[in-house]
Amino acid sequence: MRDLGLYCTLMGKVLSVPDRWREFFKRTINEIYKLGIDSIPLVIIISVFIGAVITIQMQLNITSPLLPAYAVGLTTREIILLEFSSSILCLILAGKVGSNIASEIGTMRVTEQIDALDIMGVNSANFLILPKVIGFLLIIPVLVILSMGTSIMGGYAIAYFTDMISVSKFTYGLQAFFNPWYVWYSLIKGLVFSVIITSTSSFFGYYVKGGALEVGKASTRAVVNSSILILFFDVILTKLLLQ
Amino acid sequence: MIEVQNVIKSFDGKTILHDVSCKFYTGKTNLIIGQSGSGKTVLMKSIVGLVNPEHGHILFDGRDVMTMDARSRKELRKEIGMLFQGSALFDSETVLGNVMFPLVMFSDMTQAEMRDRALFCLERVNLKGADRKYPAELSGGMQKRVAIARAIALNPKYLFCDEPNSGLDPRTSILIDELLSDITHEYNMTTIINTHDMNSVLGIGENIVFLNKGHLEWIGTSNDIYCSDNKALTDFVFATRLFQGVREYKLAQSSGSSSCK
Repeated sequence: MRDLGLYCTLMGKVLSVPDRWREFFKRTINEIYKLGIDSIPLVIIISVFIGAVITIQMQLNITSPLLPAYAVGLTTREIILLEFSSSILCLILAGKVGSNIASEIGTMRVTEQIDALDIMGVNSANFLILPKVIGFLLIIPVLVILSMGTSIMGGYAIAYFTDMISVSKFTYGLQAFFNPWYVWYSLIKGLVFSVIITSTSSFFGYYVKGGALEVGKASTRAVVNSSILILFFDVILTKLLLQ
Repeated sequence: MIEVQNVIKSFDGKTILHDVSCKFYTGKTNLIIGQSGSGKTVLMKSIVGLVNPEHGHILFDGRDVMTMDARSRKELRKEIGMLFQGSALFDSETVLGNVMFPLVMFSDMTQAEMRDRALFCLERVNLKGADRKYPAELSGGMQKRVAIARAIALNPKYLFCDEPNSGLDPRTSILIDELLSDITHEYNMTTIINTHDMNSVLGIGENIVFLNKGHLEWIGTSNDIYCSDNKALTDFVFATRLFQGVREYKLAQSSGSSSCK
């Protein structure tokens, strides 16, 4: 409960008007690059391989005379849109982005850089955290859409390069019974999860006390707690948005 | 002038500052000295507002920070420069970026004016030509000087230095002391230095506040220390043979004169 109170207090400070808008925009662009653009290679690699694996798994497990051949493409698409490109991708990004944020802010805390900002009269929470929250919020839809596209390409590659499933049936499955709302559902989840990752990780970094060891522990706690919150909100959002 | 009146601060039920009252004068290098755990850092952090005392008043030229609203406190902070023990430079910024930072956040200067002011401050601390380097590329002494340049960029009225000589060799420590003393007199600032360094105490201490186990034990100048009969103070300042020798020499010199009467 104490942590929740501290988190709410911190968010109160974060969600205030920036001291200098120009500096805020500059830092937000920088965070978009650092947290988002730098994550693109990881997103592409993971998405392509998981897309390929999902297709193989579907082919091996749901092939049945009772099911049409295009079911492999259809289920692959649904898994990617509904769960992988939002929830699983954000769980992976919680590891990369979350630990990055917690260790960066935590190091600034233990080396008195945050105290230096406070002494100068700068709202350190707003100055350091808000650009990360907004920057990641702006770039996450790009990462989610990119993940959807590359995952499907991974699945398509399996159909194209192997004889497990024909390309035409896989492509037909990808297009069959398409519900555009699933894309929006995935994007909404991505937006919520991006705020969870950046704010939770910033919280654990901002309140670090001690030295390098505590920064490492804060980084671990940031990733663990972000992941748990992502899973928790995944259940709530799924219930709210798909029922 | 900064006035501390009856300040009490505790952590987890343990009182760190016991009813401390003292004054820090404008245009003078004011030193807070004392053993580790004596409450020096807590006193300094209380004055700058990083720690909130439970009781007492802290007046910056008559303005009580304890009763100030958040807006006035924020305005006051623009008049404060601080040099941290570990320099606290922003790793991701160049030396020039670090010194320009307070100007970017709080001044209405143009980019060219801010750059000129930052370069002037760097020149003042003898760091001309280091503006494009990053903090990690500098020695400890150079980092301290960059931090001083950043602290004076906005022409502060009050300068706080937390152990400015820690981790520096004796020669660099003296340079930093001389620089802080010169800047204090040049800009007529109220400078408060928290230190363990006896060279600083005896070299630049114009108003020294000695804390012992959270209590204010003694106030005076560096010259007064030689003549003091306060055992806790003399045991702390003249702990080494070198400084005992310095004291004996000073006392021998002053015998016959009126300085210790």
